Amino acid sequence: MASPTPSPDVPGLAPAAPAHAPAGAHGDAHHGQQHPIGLYLKIWALLFVLSTLSYMVDYFHFEGYLRWTLILLFMVMKAGLIVGVFMHMAWERLALICAILLPPLCLLVLVGLMAMEADYTFLLRGAFFR
Amino acid sequence: MSSQPTPSAPAESGSAALPGVPAPAPVVAGLRGLVADWSSDQQAFKVSWGKAMMWIFLLSDTFIFSCFLTGYMTVRIASTDTWPNPSIVFGLKVGGAEVPLLLIAIMTFVLISSSGTMAMAVNFAYRRDRVKCASLMFATALFGVAFVSMQAFEWSKLIFTEGVRPWGNPMGAPQFGSTFFMITGFHGLHVSCGVIYLLIVATKVLRGRYERTGNYQIVEIAGLYWHFVDLVWVFIFALFYLW
Repeated sequence: MASPTPSPDVPGLAPAAPAHAPAGAHGDAHHGQQHPIGLYLKIWALLFVLSTLSYMVDYFHFEGYLRWTLILLFMVMKAGLIVGVFMHMAWERLALICAILLPPLCLLVLVGLMAMEADYTFLLRGAFFR
Repeated sequence: MSSQPTPSAPAESGSAALPGVPAPAPVVAGLRGLVADWSSDQQAFKVSWGKAMMWIFLLSDTFIFSCFLTGYMTVRIASTDTWPNPSIVFGLKVGGAEVPLLLIAIMTFVLISSSGTMAMAVNFAYRRDRVKCASLMFATALFGVAFVSMQAFEWSKLIFTEGVRPWGNPMGAPQFGSTFFMITGFHGLHVSCGVIYLLIVATKVLRGRYERTGNYQIVEIAGLYWHFVDLVWVFIFALFYLW
């Protein structure tokens, strides 16, 4: 928050970096990320709910595509809440967001390639080792 | 944090002598010029270097864990044996009834709670409430210890009573053991390191180590690491235990 406290000397930061400060007073790097406690408690509760829901997927023995869709959905939602709010990514500048969140997308290519490869291996094993 | 007294703007020609400072030897001056020209006072990330480097470390860690999980996916798809059902393997008997995945669910809630206390610790750190900040960090570390202890219990149950080994198990595909021990072991190592990290930072906060500069960002940086550990568990829980 823009408090009158003497700005803590964050090394390497020029004393003024306003020009395009992110919306809201929260993003001010000098004072770090300051958000109301209530926000964290709400996210905490939401994470509990989502974890319970994903546990329920197993408890009630959902199978097939329904199971996989729900698991992935709850996983992505939880990950989004943790990265966005707990790790404060939602209030960081776009340069940092892009630098951190875009590279992992390459992994989807790896996952796709390895899934194809594994399918092929499975078929070969079925043909030769049964 | 305090080890970098960067002069905030090296002049155009990096070696320009400051008034009153004796000119350095030519080689040194040349090297300084090289550094100044390449650094050129440019900055891509408008956060402190500590935070930027923690994020970059976490990015690299993301790739490591993703490679493990992708490897797990590969061997699981390619396996012709049936994959042991994690829901049953990790079930617990409570009062005669078999509850699926119970221990894992508790571990998940413990780790999420630790993330919650950590997030609040960051808040109190910036308010300079040292006692509340440190106690929340100690609570976080305590949750972490609880998590690792439950994991140790889970491992010993799997090894000693279920007979799971990295090279085989009585329930089905032998790859189950190797991927399980690899992925959860590496995650548990991260949690253990995180506990030590948090204890060190919390002790320093409590002793007033950061009062001098008033810069409590180190707590936020430690928090980034801890939330990442929680984040990885979200993926392991979904992809290994629930799938």
